[in-house]
Amino acid sequence: MTDIEQFRLQTREWLEANCPTSMRTPMPIDEMVWGGRNLSFVSEDQRLWFERMRDKGWFVPDWPVGYGGGGLDPQRLAVLESEMRRLRCRPPQINLGIWMLGPVLLEFGTEEQKRELLPPMARGEIRWCQGFSEPNAGSDLASLQTSAREDGDAFIINGTKIWTSYGNMSDWMYALVRTGPKEPKHAGISLIVLDMNSAGVNVEPIDLISGKSSFCQVFFDDVRVPKRQLIGELNGGWPLAKALLQHERRAMSKFSEISLPTHFDLLEYLRRYLPDASSPGEIALQQRAVSCLMEEHAFRLTHRRINETMRARQDASGLMAISKLVHSEQERDKFEVLLDVMGQRALGWSGDGFSERELALTNTWLNSFAQTIAGGSSEVQLNVIAKRVLGLPEAK
Amino acid sequence: MGLIYNEEQQQLQDSAREFLAARSPVAEQRRLRDEAVPEGFSLGIWKEMLELGWGGIAAPEQYGGLEFGFQGFGPVFEEIGRHLSSAPLLSSVVLSASLLESMGSEQQREKLIPELINGQRRLALALDEDCRFRPERVGLKARKDGDYYVLDGKKTWVVDGFGADGWLTVARLEDESLAIFLVDATVERVQVDHLNLVDSRNHAALTFDEVRLPAEAKLPGKDALLALETVLDRGTACLAAELLGMSESLFERTVDYLKTRVQFGVPIGSFQALQHRAARLYVDLQLARSAVLAAFECLNDPEASATERSSLVSLAKWKAGEMAHRVSNEAVQMHGGIGVTDELDVGLYLKRIRVVQVQLGDSDYHCERYAATLR
Repeated sequence: MTDIEQFRLQTREWLEANCPTSMRTPMPIDEMVWGGRNLSFVSEDQRLWFERMRDKGWFVPDWPVGYGGGGLDPQRLAVLESEMRRLRCRPPQINLGIWMLGPVLLEFGTEEQKRELLPPMARGEIRWCQGFSEPNAGSDLASLQTSAREDGDAFIINGTKIWTSYGNMSDWMYALVRTGPKEPKHAGISLIVLDMNSAGVNVEPIDLISGKSSFCQVFFDDVRVPKRQLIGELNGGWPLAKALLQHERRAMSKFSEISLPTHFDLLEYLRRYLPDASSPGEIALQQRAVSCLMEEHAFRLTHRRINETMRARQDASGLMAISKLVHSEQERDKFEVLLDVMGQRALGWSGDGFSERELALTNTWLNSFAQTIAGGSSEVQLNVIAKRVLGLPEAK
Repeated sequence: MGLIYNEEQQQLQDSAREFLAARSPVAEQRRLRDEAVPEGFSLGIWKEMLELGWGGIAAPEQYGGLEFGFQGFGPVFEEIGRHLSSAPLLSSVVLSASLLESMGSEQQREKLIPELINGQRRLALALDEDCRFRPERVGLKARKDGDYYVLDGKKTWVVDGFGADGWLTVARLEDESLAIFLVDATVERVQVDHLNLVDSRNHAALTFDEVRLPAEAKLPGKDALLALETVLDRGTACLAAELLGMSESLFERTVDYLKTRVQFGVPIGSFQALQHRAARLYVDLQLARSAVLAAFECLNDPEASATERSSLVSLAKWKAGEMAHRVSNEAVQMHGGIGVTDELDVGLYLKRIRVVQVQLGDSDYHCERYAATLR
């Protein structure tokens, strides 16, 4: 038996013995475990699964053991992932830090920073949030203005960050700040990390057109951040931000993999609300709905193709570049069709006149508008495809 | 296979591309049109394709095939599309040989399949009667008369029907069931009319005027409609692959043009309005490619159910058709004035794409068929 086969057997045995059966079921969105200072569990099984995986170093299976990781090589990592898929294990915890900041720290952090920041991340002790966008720096992220002025052994931070997911529930933030106000805009940006408990940090949740949301605005008023919390070079934050955003795209596709398939099955609604379309209008609506389902089917196949392409070690970058755009637009389009199928039953805002599910539909529909904007708007995605995939020239 | 080509398929694609680029580039299609070659293809190039083994890709070894598997047709038809090549591979091999394999007698199979895959004989499928594809609506009548059958009625849009050695003709028997007849081109009272469509290929209308056929002309297999459905699924997947190949070529030409055409002192591809439209075409192409490969994967899988097959094949033809429609329209528009000239090859692609979009069912047809698999 080869070492890899041996590892597969051991892993399978360990997972079967240690992953509680209730952790092998699809995970509703409100049962995700977020690591951090305010760690909490809804069940004993959740806690067991979290602790067992943590103690194995398998929150971060491929990080070096010295930083709290599992020390697995890519081949063994693939084995672990496929065995977890086989058993349908839930991810034991969700942590933006691990997915996005972690890889950047491993590549660009100093030894001291790695020793200080990575082990708590690997143990799920710190929940991270991201401070990138600002009210006046959205798609044009590099125009950000939150300032970090040097003052002895610290930076003094002033300004505001917006669209910070779970900013009100996070322990630390990694943020892009302007350290070089006189440099060209891309060359005056630095990446820093800061404790959200620092004096002068204020967080306000944002209400969206869909109602309550996880998005927050974060305000910095003379916030003191030690200089050793600068990641990479001073004014060298932009390339790191680009690396982070690449990890973000990967993380988002991972996230959609682990979260439940969309709660609203268009086909189910079609059967219920339009069981036998007969008038020309109904038939046309039905065809529109079926087209939606077909587009979704083609996207699911494309998702599979991305995985096969990567497994074959071929270039999947072009396909990855379309993924977010297609997924978010298809979701929005699907809700638009659902609205037409259900009429005003899909437009309930509150009250007993509507079922919980109907109200959830309204909320998810309105929220789908945010999805085509967050994490790089559709227009930004199209720019990326046009320039990086198709090689079309920059505008003069 | 999966949703990316395996090594053998990749080799097949590479060799097909090399061969077609050298022997059957778009200029050859232009020549066939300008010289009004009635068969719509070059016999010499067809023979060369068969020497490469394309005829035997999916056929069993006992009939002289290579048993490569149906998946081999994916890359080949993609390249045929890319080079806008014409050959009776779909009509005589994918459709006719498959139909004989499932419906023919042992004797017919042993004699005819080897002849079809080595090119000694060329058959075409006579199915359509209406301008829109509805394979179950067959009006051509076959009446039993002693030891003979008498065929009466019309067929149209018979692909490569002109100059064929015979036609596998779908007819309705007196008991309303469907049957398939092998009608030899030498029989009397069949009138063949050439239909010149925008793609300048070989399309024919057949008129059967009380045509007397010996009883053995009727293929003996049971359930003609079921057999036909399987065979049409194969043909439909090949057309989807052809659409994909044509669209990729058109798209590459268009992106190149956007990079080189200068107006207002800059390449027009630097304008965001055009960049975003091009990016959306790329998205569509990728979704279509996934669907086409999934259809071939399914057709290659003996375990796949009929529902899975019709769902994936219809998805492929629908998505490839919708995509090709957009790509071809945008290709013309983005080329501007030169895009509407006959001198540029873009128009040849557009015209062929429209024909293939309709053949074996347009988007509406396949959307409806996909919907039926959801019940």
